[in-house]
Formats: sequence, C-alpha cells, structure tokens
Amino acid sequence: MRSSALPVLTVLPVLTVLGVITLLWYVAAVWMNAPWVYDQAARAGAAVDLRGLIGQTLTQERPVLPAPHQVAQGLWDGIAGQAVTSKRSLVYHAWVTLSATLLGFVIGTTAGVLLAIGIVHNRAMDQSVMPWAIASQTIPILAIAPMIIVVLNSMGVQGLVPKAIISAYLSFFPVVVGMVKGLRAPDAMQLDLMRTYNAGGGATLAKLRLPSSMPYLFASLKVGIAASLVGTIVGELPTGAVAGLGSRLLSGSYYGQTVQIWAALFGAALVAASLVAIIGMVERVTLRRMGMAR
Amino acid sequence: MKDTVVTGRPVVEARNLNLVFPTNDGPVHALKDVNLTINRGEFVSFIGPSGCGKTTLLRCIAGLETATGGTLTVNGMTPDEARRKRAYGYVFQAAGLYPWRTIAGNVRLPLEIMGFSRSDQDARINNALQLVDLEGFGRKFPWQLSGGMQQRASIARALAFDADILLMDEPFGALDEIVRDHLNEEVLKLWARTGKTIAFVTHSIPEAVYLSTKIVVMSPRPGRITDIIDSPLPKDRPLDIRDSAAFIEISHRVREGLRAGHGDAV
Repeated sequence: MRSSALPVLTVLPVLTVLGVITLLWYVAAVWMNAPWVYDQAARAGAAVDLRGLIGQTLTQERPVLPAPHQVAQGLWDGIAGQAVTSKRSLVYHAWVTLSATLLGFVIGTTAGVLLAIGIVHNRAMDQSVMPWAIASQTIPILAIAPMIIVVLNSMGVQGLVPKAIISAYLSFFPVVVGMVKGLRAPDAMQLDLMRTYNAGGGATLAKLRLPSSMPYLFASLKVGIAASLVGTIVGELPTGAVAGLGSRLLSGSYYGQTVQIWAALFGAALVAASLVAIIGMVERVTLRRMGMAR
Repeated sequence: MKDTVVTGRPVVEARNLNLVFPTNDGPVHALKDVNLTINRGEFVSFIGPSGCGKTTLLRCIAGLETATGGTLTVNGMTPDEARRKRAYGYVFQAAGLYPWRTIAGNVRLPLEIMGFSRSDQDARINNALQLVDLEGFGRKFPWQLSGGMQQRASIARALAFDADILLMDEPFGALDEIVRDHLNEEVLKLWARTGKTIAFVTHSIPEAVYLSTKIVVMSPRPGRITDIIDSPLPKDRPLDIRDSAAFIEISHRVREGLRAGHGDAV
C-alpha cells in the first residue's frame, strides 16, 4: 500500500498543473476574445486599456473562448440552477445521454464477449471476424451514425435504441480485443490440466478461461464505456437536437452559445470520468477478491 | 487392499513406442523404441537429463501427446480412452492453483467438472486434504500457503477423484531440498496408504532411488530408455535409508546408466 503520510506532497503537483492550465486558459480567453472588444471600441470611437480589455474579454455573452469561471457558472447553472426535468437542465440532458450510453455499453459488452468466445473456440471465426471488427472501427462514426438513425427511423425505431446501437458499435471493439487476449491468457499447463480431467470447452470456459480473463475484461470495459459515451453523443447530433448532451452541443453551436457548448463538454467529461471511476472501483474489489490484484 | 497391490497386472504397457516431432530443423526423435511395463501398485521413476523424453513419455501415458509408432496401453485402453475415463491424476511441476479459489475450491475443481454430487465432493475434499496433511487449510487461499504446501494441494487435487494412477511431472523440481525431502516422505506415505500406481519424473538421482520400486534411466538424442532398475529397497523407507549400502549401490548404477547414455550420444 502506498503511504498516505504526506497527502500534501501528492496534492500539490496536481493543483500546480491545474493552476497552470487555468492560467493558460485565461490568457487564451483574453487573447481570443480581444478582437471583438477592439472592434466594439473602434465602432464606439473609444480606446481600451489593458484593464478594460481583460474585464471585457472575460465577461462576454458569446465569447470565442469562454473563461473558466463562465464555464463553471454555466455548468453550475445547468446542474443546480434548473429543475432536473427542465429542458435547460444539464442533469436532464446528461440522463438522456447516460441511459443510452448504459444500454449501448451493455449491448456492446455482451456482443464483444460473445464474439471473443466465438473467436477463441472457433477457427473459422478466429480468421473471419477479427478483420471485420477492425474494419468496422476504421469507418468514421460520424459517417455511419446518421445512416443508422435514418434506417432505424424508417423501421419505426426512435429515441433511445438507435443511439444505444451507435454507442454499442464503438464499445464492442475494445471488449472483443481485450477478451480474446484474456480468454487466451491461461497457459499450456493450465489447459493441459483441464484435458487431464477430460473437461469440455464449456467447462474450460466457465472454470478457467472466463475467470482468467477478468483483468483484461476490466481494462476493456474502461475503454469501452468511454467509447460508449462518445458514440451516444455522436448519435445525438443527427437527431436534430432533441435531447441529450450531444443536442446541447449542437444547439449551442447553432446559436453561438459557446458557454453552453463548453458546459455540455464538461458535463460529458464528468459523466465519463464517473463511469470509468465506477468500473475502476468494481475492478479493484473483484480482482482483490479473486486474488488477482496486482 | 493396502498389502495386495505390490505386484499386480500391468497398468501401463509400451511396446516399441516411437514419437517423432516434425520441426523446422527436420524430425526430432523424442522417443525411440521404448519398451516398458508398469505394474499395478508400482512406483516408477523416470530419470534423465533434459531432452531425454521423460516428460514426453509421461505425457504420452496421459494421452496429452500421441505416439507416432508402436503401441501404448493404459489399463488395457489407448491413452486417450484412459484419459476420457479419467484413469489418472496428473501433477505438474507448478502447482497451478487458481488464485480465485480456496484450497478446498481448487481440490473441488475436478470434482465439479466430473459431476460428483455436492456431498460426495465435500467428503472427497476432506479425504484428499487429509492425505496430503492439509486438513484445516481448506478455506485458505493459495497465496496464503508456502510453495511446498501449494504443491501438496495440487497433489490433493489430483487425488480427489480417486484415479488408480498418479502421474507426477517433476512435482518438487521447483522446491528447495529440505521441503523436497519432506514431501518425498509424504509421497511415500501416501503411496503406501492409497496403493496407487505412481509414475514420477525427476532429474534428481537421490529422489528417484529413494521413492521408486522401479527406476527407468533415460538418455537424449534420441530419447530412449538405457536401463530399468528394479529396486531391492524395502517398501518402508525412512529418510536415513539414503546412507545405506544398497541405496548407494543403486544410485551408482543410475549414475552409470546416465553417463553411458550421455557417452554414446556424443
């Protein structure tokens, strides 16, 4: 276990990096929003000093780059300033995105695990499925997402499911790759041991391959859930800004609401970080219980 | 049962057994013209330098490797049929216990796969752990046990389903000498209590002589048997039997056999 005697020493570098990023952001905000301020001043025939410049660049309504405190305020207003059922609430939109993400993650993970089991047990699948899985990931998701939405819409499927399918499309891949590796993790001796018991493929899978694959599964799930979220947000773009973090991004860009865009981006980042952290926690508990913690 | 097992019908019979592996450098003769009979209740050691085919021979008996020539029967069946009928327990050089199962859970593994009833499983686990002196450790996890204890647990796992034959592939090769001496004694006790037929691969001369009723000396390139020694030592063997004249004489003969095999290979 790592020593927790001097937490200050670990917190300090983190805060320093955060401080530097925030500072650079402010500088960038002043620099990028300055042309508009100068433009306004020139029209009014007034001069701007440095103080006025900084003050005005950091408080614009539609800045090119919103300052950190504007984003924080937008985020806070979106999370706490609205009823969660309101269409202006980030919590509402985050939930719309999260529900599709979770459904897509479950579909993608299930498909990934099943494909990996097939690949490990069937030579034909081993040679035929993987190239397709790789090819599927080389197609830009932005190109394929509208097609999925349109095709499913024509079949009468709307709302959650099309987004979940796009989300699954992105998240099954890391699971396939990780699980193929994980299911093949047992060494020759462990497989020979199963042969001495005359164990079939099913018993070997259940008692040896699946438990051995757990560390690989969790590593894949962390990548997969983040991919799921990206897939869902991309899936929300062509739906015409109905609901979800993706639609907030889209409507923000329609109306030049940069603060709204950045707040939605940070909202998405928060959701992703929380999901990865939850999987990390489950991973730690599971692997410790299985005696596989590193 | 305990006293009638010393001389029995043949359990393993190999006649002109050959095994050739194709490799990029041409065929490798892993086993050449091996003739061997292992009778019921015998303790047979295979000794020789690496590459002499001792492990390969054991794997052939287990049906994990298939000979390319000659005949090999186990309990009157082909090795593969014998494997399907779960005729033997196999102990590998590494204990290979599952870290996610307790010691009892690891011993339960073959029993679950073979479909024993739950109550039967529990009785068998107790019995097997008792045989290797690990009663009371069933609820521990492998990492809580020493290397020697882990290997004993793996022997218990091989004993749990009560196969007549126990195949052991350098089971104590990775352990230090003091632990190895102790485990050798335990294996002899186990053998006396269960009356199993044991085939044991080793590269230690004292271990082979101490344990065996029959010592099979092998040599490499091609892998073959150079000498088969029927041990005159009594069945009851305290550790200090290793200082007796008979023990030293057999050790000498084994060493001669190994040297001769090495000599004509050069």
